[in-house]
Amino acid sequence: MYRYDEFDHDYVRSRVAEFRDQTQRRIDGALTEDEYKPLRLMNGLYLQLHAYMLRVAIPYGTLNSRQMRTLAMIAERWDEGYGHFTTRQNIQYNWTKLTDVGDILDALADVEMHAIQTSGNCIRNVTADHFAGAAADEIEDPRPTAELVRQWSTAHPEFAYLPRKFKVAVTGSPNDRAVTKAHDIGLRMLRNEAGEPGFEVIVGGGMGRTPMIGKVIRDFLPKDHLLPYLESILRVYNLHGRRDNKYKARIKILVHETGLEEMQAQVEAEFARQMREEGGPVVSPNPEHIAQIAAYFAPPDFAKLPAQSAKLTKAIATDPALAAWVENNTADHRASGYTIVTISMKGMGDAPGDATTAQMRVMADLGERYSHDELRISHEQNVILPHVKLDDLPEIHAALQKAGLAAANAGLITDIIACPGLDYCALATARSIPVAQDLSQRFAEPARAKAIGNFTIKISGCINACGHHHVGHVGILGLEKSGIESYQITLGGDHTETLAIGERAGPGMTAEEVGPAIERLVDAYLDVRDSDDERFIDTFRRLGADPFKAAIYPENNCAAA
Amino acid sequence: MAKAFKPQIISANDLYVGDVVYMNSGGGWTRKLAEAAIAHDAGDAEKLLQRAVPQQGKVVGPYLADVALDDDGRPFPTHFREKFRTRGPSIRPDLGKQAIYPERHEPLAARGGI
Amino acid sequence: MPIITDTGFAPDDAPDLIEADDLPETGERLTIMLPNDADPSALSPAFNRITLIVVPFPNAADGRGFSIAKRLRGLGYRGHLRAQGHLITDQYPFARQCGFDDVQIDSALAARMPEELWLRAKTRAIPPFLRRA
Repeated sequence: MYRYDEFDHDYVRSRVAEFRDQTQRRIDGALTEDEYKPLRLMNGLYLQLHAYMLRVAIPYGTLNSRQMRTLAMIAERWDEGYGHFTTRQNIQYNWTKLTDVGDILDALADVEMHAIQTSGNCIRNVTADHFAGAAADEIEDPRPTAELVRQWSTAHPEFAYLPRKFKVAVTGSPNDRAVTKAHDIGLRMLRNEAGEPGFEVIVGGGMGRTPMIGKVIRDFLPKDHLLPYLESILRVYNLHGRRDNKYKARIKILVHETGLEEMQAQVEAEFARQMREEGGPVVSPNPEHIAQIAAYFAPPDFAKLPAQSAKLTKAIATDPALAAWVENNTADHRASGYTIVTISMKGMGDAPGDATTAQMRVMADLGERYSHDELRISHEQNVILPHVKLDDLPEIHAALQKAGLAAANAGLITDIIACPGLDYCALATARSIPVAQDLSQRFAEPARAKAIGNFTIKISGCINACGHHHVGHVGILGLEKSGIESYQITLGGDHTETLAIGERAGPGMTAEEVGPAIERLVDAYLDVRDSDDERFIDTFRRLGADPFKAAIYPENNCAAA
Repeated sequence: MAKAFKPQIISANDLYVGDVVYMNSGGGWTRKLAEAAIAHDAGDAEKLLQRAVPQQGKVVGPYLADVALDDDGRPFPTHFREKFRTRGPSIRPDLGKQAIYPERHEPLAARGGI
Repeated sequence: MPIITDTGFAPDDAPDLIEADDLPETGERLTIMLPNDADPSALSPAFNRITLIVVPFPNAADGRGFSIAKRLRGLGYRGHLRAQGHLITDQYPFARQCGFDDVQIDSALAARMPEELWLRAKTRAIPPFLRRA
């Protein structure tokens, strides 16, 4: 894992002092709320419905046990005993007091964490594949790149007041677990024909009011050209992105209105100009520092282990709960005898992504003891133990059971993404968590969930789409209609490398109608799939939306809904 | 026909704590909706807002919110968003205003299954 | 309209500004107002005749001026560069790091944000990336 050097330590600590000073100026009246708000947002502090909310960055989703314990301590000492893991590898505290924020930020700085640029119209927390450095299908660990982008973008003097927020995601694997095509910039690591490392650069993806699939602006960017190229994209965006309408201010709209070719020409011209500058591009980082970053992400010392664990096989034979959990919640590791564990934060009836202080401490202990002191946060709002010996799975499972964290549902229909919605969020138009709770209880029966197989439901409480509803196999969007909460269902979204935006199934419905509608939809899918292995998304692609629309709106008894 | 004026109150969030507050008839701030100053016509409402807006050192984002009045003339929220603001998260009855002032919160209409 | 420099407030030097669109064919020591939606490269043939470029900041959330400054400097402009309008003290280091020489604000803003706040902003920590470069 990356470790702060003295520059990082100095900077993060001084930002805490700066934030305290900014807050004092707000209180004294030197800063108006309009001037203070962007400053507090760039330090992760929102004002929500019931309190301030502090969003803390977990850069590229990686943290160690000490950091997880600090997150628990903060929840216990300054909040209400829980935190919420988000779809962008952050944790949110919902009950923060303005006067405590400086102390919380200092506690984070103690363990090399911060809340810098988790909000505001700047380059946000850089996200990456949560299986980075562990996945069997990986070409290269994306985290050194993500860390470099984090360093470059932190307090970048030119890009702190962009037209709108700007999100970057990096994947080092052809199986995209970082939703790179739905980011302002997505970076896919690959190698060219000569075997040199580089990136496919994707620009202008995003969800929100106008969902768009990112477009490839550069097929192959040599690795050491990354920062000047990013700088070029951001400069074109900062100069030309729309500032007259916040709903049209994201780079996806600029790309759409300018056209990809023209955008590409402008970016390449800016890039060429930077590369020509005297003494080379201004933003070429020190190669020694790059090497040092890479060294921090060197793989841990894996033991030489057989591919199978006799101990695990024996335990599974007598423990069906363990067997189901191992089947669903583990993924292929690159080292023999190891696996990747997904700890589901989606227990039946739970608020997706919420973890209590006690649960955070249990996960910290497990990460320390069984996973080379590493944990990850996934954009699916789950916690990952990236480097686990197969032999240790029974003990881990037993500990998770005790902590109420053993739901064996990773990737299943109850592994629901949900934003905080109108229970907390000032932007929300409807609640999302109660809908998720209702659905997870309806499909709680393990055999039924298993029969349904891979099925993603994603719920957002407003058009901003923090709950990724556009890319759920089934998306649910909460809106307000005539003074009540109303929910729209979308079908056929996909968050992977075959990214797709779901299509609207029909008119909105009330909260209590959502659960039965999804049950009818699932029953229809089970009826029409051509085999037990055909996932919902594949059946949807084969048959189109009509049979599912008919199931959702049986009163229409036709596909015209 | 002119649209009937709905009674309004001033709501905001406390600058320091961040929780929901209401302006009272003295121009100060209270955490109890029952103590909020009520505007019965548009002129009153504008006057209340003019009194609230300069109070940046105490609150954030004061605005007029519609209320209805019960038989005793006490205000209660009409829009569901305001109901959540006066109560707290619907999924955590142990947190927020509903946990501190339980008597002040009329239950939301029951919603089947949720 | 005080001007803020690294040593504090300085009086307005009140130059007559020519709109960038009306750049004269001849003339030396020109002082230019460059709107923040104009193309800075249009000025580059005249850089050696320009002594001052002023870039407006209509409000503190509009960061276009920072990119204009970087582009002007990248194109080789070495004359004086001024950010003018609604900037707050926290943006002073950004303005300097992007290539502005000074910042000009109106008197009302200067009253709310006195000289000592601008001087304090100058000492803000430099982000690690810039320190390592």
